[in-house]
Amino acid sequence: MADGPFLKFDTLSLHAGQRPDPATGARAVPLHQTTSYVFQDTDHAAALFNLERPGHIYSRISNPTVAVLEERLAALEGGVGAVCTASGQAALHLAIVTLMGVGGHIVASKAIYGGSHNLFTHTLPRFGITTSFVDPRDSAAFRDAIRPETRLVFAEVIGNPGLEVLDLPAVAEVAHAAGLPLMIDSTFTTPYLCRPFEHGADIVMHSATKWLGGHGIAIGGAVIDGGRFDWEASGRFPTLTEPYAGYHGIDFAEEFGPAAFITRARAEGLRDFGACLSPTNAFQILQGVETLPLRMRAHVDNARRVASFLEDADGVAWVRHPDLPSHPDHDLAKRLLPQGAGSVVTFGIAEGKAGARQAGKRFIEALRLFSHLANVGDAKSLVIHPASTTHQQMDAEALRAAGIGEEMIRLSIGLEDGGDLIGDLKQALRAAQKG
Amino acid sequence: MELTVDGHKVFASTGGRLLDAKAPLVVLIHGAGMDHSVWSLQSRYLAHHGRSVLAVDLPGHGRSGGAALTSIEDLADWVARLIEAAGFERAALAGHSMGALAALETANRHPDRVRALALLGVAERMPVHPDLLALAAANDDKAIAMVIGWGFATSRGGSAAPGLWQVGAGIQLMRATKPGVLGLDLAACDAWRGAPEIRCPTTLILGSSDRMTPAKAGQALAARIAGSRVVVLKGSGHMMMVEEPDAVTDALAAAL
Repeated sequence: MADGPFLKFDTLSLHAGQRPDPATGARAVPLHQTTSYVFQDTDHAAALFNLERPGHIYSRISNPTVAVLEERLAALEGGVGAVCTASGQAALHLAIVTLMGVGGHIVASKAIYGGSHNLFTHTLPRFGITTSFVDPRDSAAFRDAIRPETRLVFAEVIGNPGLEVLDLPAVAEVAHAAGLPLMIDSTFTTPYLCRPFEHGADIVMHSATKWLGGHGIAIGGAVIDGGRFDWEASGRFPTLTEPYAGYHGIDFAEEFGPAAFITRARAEGLRDFGACLSPTNAFQILQGVETLPLRMRAHVDNARRVASFLEDADGVAWVRHPDLPSHPDHDLAKRLLPQGAGSVVTFGIAEGKAGARQAGKRFIEALRLFSHLANVGDAKSLVIHPASTTHQQMDAEALRAAGIGEEMIRLSIGLEDGGDLIGDLKQALRAAQKG
Repeated sequence: MELTVDGHKVFASTGGRLLDAKAPLVVLIHGAGMDHSVWSLQSRYLAHHGRSVLAVDLPGHGRSGGAALTSIEDLADWVARLIEAAGFERAALAGHSMGALAALETANRHPDRVRALALLGVAERMPVHPDLLALAAANDDKAIAMVIGWGFATSRGGSAAPGLWQVGAGIQLMRATKPGVLGLDLAACDAWRGAPEIRCPTTLILGSSDRMTPAKAGQALAARIAGSRVVVLKGSGHMMMVEEPDAVTDALAAAL
């Protein structure tokens, strides 16, 4: 955010988007578990439907509890507005369908979440949208893959699970030179560690299920509009710059200026596709966001400690975390992620006598504190073997291209005592090498 | 829609409906460093409730061509020419901040052109701190931070429009303004010494928590306009169209 008389990040985490409830004085954000809202009169109802007055109509489109979370995330990212969705995948889908239709093309990093990879590779082509994948460490590759029909450049701040750090300013420059927006999945970093808009991104998405919620209890997503991309000047986004019959010929860029994209995402995308966030999940995720700065500091501290331990541990072939000097993107991480490069650590388990796959299996089964499951960003530490789970739909070549070997173990470092975590890892590594 | 004034393209949002020569015209005039989109809700409401609306981008702002005008008097004369270019004899004017001074001065200099006035976030005088003038003249981002930071009653948000972070929207809107324009706008406000004699129905819409044009300074202006009406929006800052959009819409609908 620009300097000025603005509240700081920790304060915004607690207060942004909320005015204490005028009816009850409730200090906490109330959980508005309602589907719909009584209109004041028929004119008020018509004005709400026609985007003449602000407010809530039906909780698929907006809800007061969800709206606090949306505004808070937009404030923390330094954007102009947000739409929360049923999941991170719903956020990704919502952004894409707001920007393009049949014939659209995306240039994406190949080191992304397996679910996003599936959407791009197997599902979107059925709807006429194709994707070219490129090496996230090669900004020229993004440029070379752009075609006349490209409508979006997409990447993650920290790749999953390879932990490649994206040179955000360089890729943003490539996208903007081609008249395209850059969308960033910032799930692994959260706005506490990285605010992609400050580095040139135009749209940010999150799986709020992860560190934002932070307690492994609620699925949710968010797409946030930076408000800076000039849709009119680009001339490639008729959904934003031409009359839309679905709202009596509204032109979103003309009427809503910097909030054009996010207004269309809500007005059309939530209305028609309907992947809204439930008020209860928003309420639960909000509890997490309130302590996001505290938790992220602790996550990062523990992750650095675990990564350092693994570097010297027996039974470990290699360790990857961008805060380690041995990581190929360490200098970039120091520049873009000065407060820490997240709390996912990956490592390769030594093959042992029975091979990497068997050693990995023994390691995971021997862990006592780490939970074996398909998630990251919980307060509790987690572990998974990507090749056989989150990324199993990728073929061997795609796995290799994404830097995922059979020996790779992914850890999501939680908030337990760091010594206890290291103790658990030590005994599991010993167990993995036996037999 | 696009119009031509002084040989330059002028953009104006019509609130989602075509301009109707039979409906009374309302011209909405934005403040320093902004554009028509600050009126997005109000322009749509008024256009769908019996008015023809021109939420205009002033010269050099938003999608309008030409250079930014450098005095409130020049802006006033330009607004009069805009009304004529749109094919109307008269219009009701609503202006915010610098736009309010322009509306006020238009009614003073071209009384036959102005049917009614709504002045939002306005004061008897609008002196601008020399530090802010210097930062704005230098296109320093800190000028935007100061204007937006002080423009809202609170930087905690709580937007009536679901999911919008209005502080961020204000910052991005100003960053999109062409270099130098904010500085010229603020200098025009600072230099204005007008003493308008207003005879048309006038409503002042003031924010009780406005730190840029305090309600007290707006009341002082109201005292000089015979028969004027004052609406004070409790808790609102200077950016009242987005801070209290419904109350502003209601006040405009009653005034214009």
